[in-house]
Amino acid sequence: MKRIVKSLAALAAACIVSTASAAVASYPLDQFPTGKLTDQAALQNGAKLFVNYCLNCHGAALMRYNRLVDIGLTEDQIRKSLMFTADKVGDPMKIALRPADAKEWFGAYPADLSVIARARSSAAGSGSDWLYTYLRSYFRDATRPIGWNNTVFENVGMPHVFWELQGTRGARLEEIKEVKDEGTGKVTGFVRNVVSFDASGIRTEQSSKVDGLNHHASRNWSLGPLEGGKLPQAQFDDAVADLVAYITYMSDPTAKKRMQLGVWVLLFLGVFTIFAWMLNRAFWKDIK
Amino acid sequence: MAQEKQVETTGLLGWIDQRFPLTANWKAHLSEYYAPKNFNFWYFFGSLAMLMLVLQIVTGIFLTMHYKPDAALAFASVEYIMRDVPWGWLIRYMHSTGASAFFFVVYLHMFRGLIYGSYRKPRELVWIFGCLIFLALMAEAFMGYLLPWGQMSYWGAQVIVNLFAAIPFIGPELSLWIRGDYVVSDATLTRFFAFHVIAVPLVLLGLVAAHILALHEVGSGNPDGIEIKEKKDANGIPLDGIPFHPYYTVHDILGVSVFLMAFSAILFFAPEFGGYFLEYNNFVPADPLVTPSHIAPVWYFTPYYSILRAVTDDFLLYWMIPFLVLFALLALVSARNNITRLITVGACGALILGFLVVDAKFWGVVAMGAAVMILFALPWIDNSPVRSIRYRPGWHWYVYGLFVVVFIVLGFFGTKAPSPANALFSQIGTLLYFAFFMLMPWWSKMGKFKPVPDRVTFAAH
Repeated sequence: MKRIVKSLAALAAACIVSTASAAVASYPLDQFPTGKLTDQAALQNGAKLFVNYCLNCHGAALMRYNRLVDIGLTEDQIRKSLMFTADKVGDPMKIALRPADAKEWFGAYPADLSVIARARSSAAGSGSDWLYTYLRSYFRDATRPIGWNNTVFENVGMPHVFWELQGTRGARLEEIKEVKDEGTGKVTGFVRNVVSFDASGIRTEQSSKVDGLNHHASRNWSLGPLEGGKLPQAQFDDAVADLVAYITYMSDPTAKKRMQLGVWVLLFLGVFTIFAWMLNRAFWKDIK
Repeated sequence: MAQEKQVETTGLLGWIDQRFPLTANWKAHLSEYYAPKNFNFWYFFGSLAMLMLVLQIVTGIFLTMHYKPDAALAFASVEYIMRDVPWGWLIRYMHSTGASAFFFVVYLHMFRGLIYGSYRKPRELVWIFGCLIFLALMAEAFMGYLLPWGQMSYWGAQVIVNLFAAIPFIGPELSLWIRGDYVVSDATLTRFFAFHVIAVPLVLLGLVAAHILALHEVGSGNPDGIEIKEKKDANGIPLDGIPFHPYYTVHDILGVSVFLMAFSAILFFAPEFGGYFLEYNNFVPADPLVTPSHIAPVWYFTPYYSILRAVTDDFLLYWMIPFLVLFALLALVSARNNITRLITVGACGALILGFLVVDAKFWGVVAMGAAVMILFALPWIDNSPVRSIRYRPGWHWYVYGLFVVVFIVLGFFGTKAPSPANALFSQIGTLLYFAFFMLMPWWSKMGKFKPVPDRVTFAAH
């Protein structure tokens, strides 16, 4: 038995090494401040931002308005300040946008956001990390139909809905690319490609040859300084965190109740196990 | 009128016993079923598998009350269960965590059988029924996974059903027949639903009954791999046997209790289990027009998925053909009789010919199927003079250890996107997986075996 355990440990180590080397470079995700998930004021502010900024193009058809009592709102508050497109407090958060129009305006139908925080999870980070980084990583790109691009979700169809709050900025993409021989497919050299977007989104591209063969293909985005936002950066980040907290809550509204109940279930099973152990011992006493 | 049956019980129980063998069955299967007293940790997993079966059936019944088997409604109906049905989230998470827990328990249960030789004569049928249960369970899990109608559900089903298309001649028609459409669609969803909620569970229940009846006919094995029925007292009761009830019922209650703690810890605090129990991409509704960049089955299928992906033309040519040639030579030299020689060499020759003629994709499907089917052969390919690992040569531990490592490596790489490293490890793993079984007739009898005791090893608690 011990031998098996030992070899398993060795294997686990081998697996970790092999995945680390195979990791694909993508835009690094900022960590979403998870403390917001238990902060009712943040969740309520997030709900407000959500219905004001998101719930025009995106629906959340699996979420009902009156569920928001979970985060400390009364049905009256929900009705008065959060329901713009629904009649009844028990209605789901649907929108009136027609798919055909959306396709024409944005190139795609905006995803339903009910469970988006779960869908966007990956090995790189939680769905909340992804959303938190994505919503703060827009930059001006005049080559895009909507004038915006994003470092987390490149060539996204969605415009920067918070641009008035966050302000505008440019970005820079530095790529090291392999140059391959067309015939043999062998790597013959590397080029450095730098794409820059200034604060008004004007794109410039420079390419230069890199000496030597000792390089790796890579892509690195960096965002330019923010200009002209209504909110200071820290305050804007905080507002986005509130919104992401709400979207995360919405993706699994029972999560809090589930964990609270889980503590009791484990406590019960802990006590039950003691009795089960005593019962077992009492019976097995006889067996010699 | 027929003569009344004479029974020992009186009152209501007596009335029942005259009409139904209640007491007789209670005794035969519980209070007077004598199990070896030296069961260890590994013997918890049979009763736990039973618990999981019951849990899946009960939670499944409640899920069907609100689930809509309709491509347009399925995804939303699962979220409806999670949000609007009172305690629906608990039932659903029990079912989704339960599926993974069921496989976890069953894999450990099978491993127990492997190391203690539980499949050896006279328990071959117990093992075969068990393998059939495993097959049915795989079908059950596969079809159940389509029902939430997320991207992974959809594309997982698409990939697996397409495998059947690789079968020569009948393949394309066969996969069409399974799907009921040219792509996975509403027709597929509704038939998978029918299979998942009634057809396969019925088969499973029947097989579990047969598994237990066969076990109780021949009696339970034990970690020492000796027959307790060979040493009986004056009343015909095995000296090392104890009544299943109450001794193992209280024992299993303890096992269930500890198991449920681990189960609840996952269910209440990490039901997605890092994307392994509920895959993240399955929170995106199925979209037949958008193929995910990476399609992976749930963890319990990944060892077999790796085997499927490992089989390429190069693998067949440079790894499998030399392996089969060596295997055929080994059989030529050491087989017991000419018929065995002929069959083995003929089969190897036919396979090699097949590798050269038919597409590798087909052999990938065959390898995946064979990886499961080969389990059925265990009672006949294990030539060890003793049953239990305890009395086998010490180095046999390493062989089993390597097998476990191979199984986990295959499983691990099955969850990852294809890459050269992935292909290499999967191919080494696939070869070793099959070598473990195919060479078992030889390695299982090699080495110095330890003397087997007369009576079971047992220290009073």
